[in-house]
Amino acid sequence: MFTLADVTQEKVPVIVPISHPSEGSAGRTGLWRVFKPIINTNKCKKCFICWLVCPEESIEEGKDGYPEIDYTYCKGCGVCSDNCPTGAISLVKEEG
Amino acid sequence: MKVITRKDEKTREAGEWKILTGNHAVSYAAKLARVQVVPAYPITPQTTIVELISELIASGEMNARMIRVESEHSAMAAAIGASAVGARVFTATASQGLLLMHEMLHWAAGSRTPVGMAVVNRAVGPPWNIHADHQDAISQRDTGWIISFVSSNQEALDTVITLYKVAEHPEVLLPFMVCLDGFVLSHTYMPVYLPPQDKIDEFLPPYDPPHWKLDPSNPISFGALVLPNQPYQEMRWSIHRSMEKALELFEKYSKEYGELFDLKHGGAIEEYGAEDAEYLIITAGTIASEAEVAVDEMRKNGKKVGLLKIRLYRPFPSNTIIRELKGRKGAIVLDRSISFGLSGPISEDVRAVLHSFNIDTPVVAYVTGLGGRDITYADIENMVSRGISLIEEGKTPLILWYKMRRFEKW
Repeated sequence: MFTLADVTQEKVPVIVPISHPSEGSAGRTGLWRVFKPIINTNKCKKCFICWLVCPEESIEEGKDGYPEIDYTYCKGCGVCSDNCPTGAISLVKEEG
Repeated sequence: MKVITRKDEKTREAGEWKILTGNHAVSYAAKLARVQVVPAYPITPQTTIVELISELIASGEMNARMIRVESEHSAMAAAIGASAVGARVFTATASQGLLLMHEMLHWAAGSRTPVGMAVVNRAVGPPWNIHADHQDAISQRDTGWIISFVSSNQEALDTVITLYKVAEHPEVLLPFMVCLDGFVLSHTYMPVYLPPQDKIDEFLPPYDPPHWKLDPSNPISFGALVLPNQPYQEMRWSIHRSMEKALELFEKYSKEYGELFDLKHGGAIEEYGAEDAEYLIITAGTIASEAEVAVDEMRKNGKKVGLLKIRLYRPFPSNTIIRELKGRKGAIVLDRSISFGLSGPISEDVRAVLHSFNIDTPVVAYVTGLGGRDITYADIENMVSRGISLIEEGKTPLILWYKMRRFEKW
């Protein structure tokens, strides 16, 4: 934020709206979620189609080799569930 | 015989004289400015600007890339992209084409890309009309573009080059448009002096973006979401401050350019017979050059009338208006466009500036010459005479129309 001192300064500041790539540069998109995708590891074949189609890049390989969803940025679009060949990802309505 | 050597050659010994239309003067300005990218879409009366540029590129005289696009909206989008990687960009349009660009005009200013553009002023439809009228450019008033009007082919060439220097200044970084009246300048031949390339190169060094540029080795995203509590308002403020800086620099560089090549058109405002004038005509474009004749004629009849020619419309030269109008008997503003429901746009600005500084010089506002209706020096004399008598009677209506015709059948 600018103070009055900035407003009266001699050199004109050119402020440009640029941002550098970083995690969550578009904000915490997880707050938008209405339906939460849950992976059932009993059905999952580790094909990682969900990882491929996730528009927010919120799916990574977890410690046990299964895909893992980062709920901070997962906005609940359901594309992963729609594309899962074994139906391992179900959408559960968020509470509250 | 005096032998002119390189040393004592001061002005126009080097360089070249050509007989050019206003449009071709603009094309040569782009060549002299060493423009690198030209995205453009044809529209009357602009087309011959880009035609000549494409010929100059094809013949190898100009080292630039021409991008053929599918619309003016795309032309401006391509111009912003090219400017964002650090190229000097030029395009040209008119009327409906400029209106189609409108969204991208805001983007060019907001992204601080100093794109250069010639706008060949043409009336806006409907009904279709291809003749001189400032409505197209005036409608872009609040886009953050530097807007200038010229009244001769030479001035068109000089202003394009001068404004590149202004626009690319690290404290400005704003796009600009040079507006020339359709047909009256665009398709009319005049002798034009082309300054030598080496001198222009000294005046206008290559463009290097000082704040940001698109570069694959340093990826950034541009223009992402900025919320109300983030510096959106400050970015707007920054554009406004840069505009004020542009006014200061335009005065400075116009003078510098004028002295280099002995081509003087004044600063943001060019005066003509204004010094001892009681009444001042204020106008822009080719009506302004016609008004010079009107001033001469009226002076012959003992009327003390002068002229202020608006060269820079945005940023508006408020300081000069205040200085010039203070203590005068009145001002007669001639607008070749209209802000429907109020008055002529330039007259509104003049009145706003005067009122802000408590100057009570009366202002008479005329809207005239729309759709290319011819305005001669005799018309200007009529308007000024009527304006003077209105001021003497103490009547200054918000708007007056001049050269209206009665049509028996519509």
